Amino acid sequence: MSDPRAVKLSARQVSIHYWLTRSSQPFLAVDSVDLDVYAGEFMVIVGPSGCGKTTLLNAIDGLQRISDGELELNGKPIRKPGGDRAMVFQQASLLPWRSVLGNVSYGLELRGKMQRAAIRDRARELITLVGLKGFEDHYPTELSGGMQQRVNLARALAVDPDILLLDEPFAALDAQTREYMQAELLRIWSATRKTAIFITHDIKEAIYLADRVAVFTARPGRIKEIIEIDLPRPRELRSKREPRFLEYEDRIWNSIEEEVRATESRALESVGSR
Amino acid sequence: MSVETVIPPNDPTAKAKSAEVPQVRVRRRIPAQPPWFARWESLLFGSGTVIFVLAVWQAIASARIVPPLFLPGPFAIWEAFVAYVADGSIWTDLAASGLELIYGYGLAIIVALPLGLLMGWYRRVNMSLDPIVNFMNAMPRIALVPLLIIWFGIGIWSKVAVIFLSSIFPILINTQAGIRNLDAGWIKAARSFGGSDLQLFRTVALPGAVPFILTGMRIGVGHALIGVVVGELVAARAGIGLMMATAGAGFQTAKVFAGLMIVSLAGVFLVGMISLVERRFQAWRPPN
Ligand SMILES: Nc1ncnc2c1ncn2[C@@H]1O[C@H](COP(=O)(O)OP(=O)(O)OP(=O)(O)O)[C@@H](O)[C@H]1O
Ligand SMILES: [Mg+2]
Repeated sequence: MSDPRAVKLSARQVSIHYWLTRSSQPFLAVDSVDLDVYAGEFMVIVGPSGCGKTTLLNAIDGLQRISDGELELNGKPIRKPGGDRAMVFQQASLLPWRSVLGNVSYGLELRGKMQRAAIRDRARELITLVGLKGFEDHYPTELSGGMQQRVNLARALAVDPDILLLDEPFAALDAQTREYMQAELLRIWSATRKTAIFITHDIKEAIYLADRVAVFTARPGRIKEIIEIDLPRPRELRSKREPRFLEYEDRIWNSIEEEVRATESRALESVGSR
Repeated sequence: MSVETVIPPNDPTAKAKSAEVPQVRVRRRIPAQPPWFARWESLLFGSGTVIFVLAVWQAIASARIVPPLFLPGPFAIWEAFVAYVADGSIWTDLAASGLELIYGYGLAIIVALPLGLLMGWYRRVNMSLDPIVNFMNAMPRIALVPLLIIWFGIGIWSKVAVIFLSSIFPILINTQAGIRNLDAGWIKAARSFGGSDLQLFRTVALPGAVPFILTGMRIGVGHALIGVVVGELVAARAGIGLMMATAGAGFQTAKVFAGLMIVSLAGVFLVGMISLVERRFQAWRPPN
């Protein structure tokens, strides 16, 4: 990891505001974030809930406009979604009138670069990969939450993006499936070495997957620290119990805990000042 | 399997009990299959009620509680209908009313769908058209019939116009609401995959708004039929509504009822067709 690699994605002093309907003040969600993600790197973002992780990821995907700073992909500013990125959304957001096969094909259909039959074949491949073989003709309402989330993952993987953006993709899964999917994701990622940006609340998951973990502060989100995870790859699931793993876990846990506590005391202050 | 796990591992009777397990009747896990008549259940109950109502109606009519001039019984109405068919005038009336309905209602769908989609999708289109749509929707369009007759004459086109104006707004407003109610996540996903506006229309907006659009079309059918009848009552050369007006003026009450039945059954038929389309689009929706 020490070799100087090409910067894939670079954020310089990126701030993102929302306009709320019943407010005349812009609402600051992401505050002056500096972040470099290298080509082929697995970057994990952790941080307290509501700190702006999804917002930043949306901006990287091109769905959300930044209000300040520079956000560049391969040296070019990000303005809109593009074929080089694909997102696994926090909410599965599947089209309920499309079967599993139809949903996994969806991204490829929109891109319109492949023949129908080729799209179907590719979609079937990915459905097998995420362990949903046999459910091709099921509708999303007929799937469990975890299964829907796997369709969501397959839909993004199907378009074979340069950068994979994952917003808590495994949060809805049970512990076993979750570990299985983590290992699968690592396997897929090792085979392709695509750049990945992965948001999670699960610190073990973060350490297990990451080359580096970026810890966000409480809202408005800034980057508090970036922790290099110097564990050898390929990683085994049992490496989650090794002492060095646990050290990382402690360190990240404390870092986030500080932030959560900071928010709470701020909230208490604002209550007290009234 | 679950029976076994309940037994504590060092329970001395465990062995004996687990030996009994195969004999324990396993409760069926699969929900019972719907009985054979389930498919016909709604038809059975529905037609049962209809037959009951007809029977009571006929009983009242036969008992002469109400003079037949006011309330003819189902048989009298049927006879009037048969006579209407026999003298052949039904065909010109049906053709006139049917054409009016097809042109007026069809045109309403053709105009309302794209306009509703645009209004739901583009805020500025909505801002521009909303006042006019609201005004026109609030206006009792039936009251326009005399005006429309001056404009379009007493042929079918004045009726086409009133049917069009009656049924366009429910379809338009519902389509617009359907687009407004699309799940933001669907749109985000489509955008994320680089979907163009046109692709979003086709793959998200249209299928996502189908339930609303069909509701609008169903309401539109009712309004359209009112347009047919009232339009023809005022002035027409032919049509079921005109027939009802003429029959009413001649105190042929049974014939008026026959016309009413024709119009109502046409409505039921059209709504049934829409429901068929709906079922086709809603295959993914679990029953209830
Ligand atoms: N569409 C929106 N409009 C206005 N404010 C929003 C919108 N989306 C998010 N926010 C606000 O921006 C802040 C950051 O939201 P975001 O969804 O990025 O958080 P997050 O870090 O992803 O949280 P979580 O871990 O709970 O998913 C939140 O305080 C939220 O209230
Ligand atoms: Mg989030």
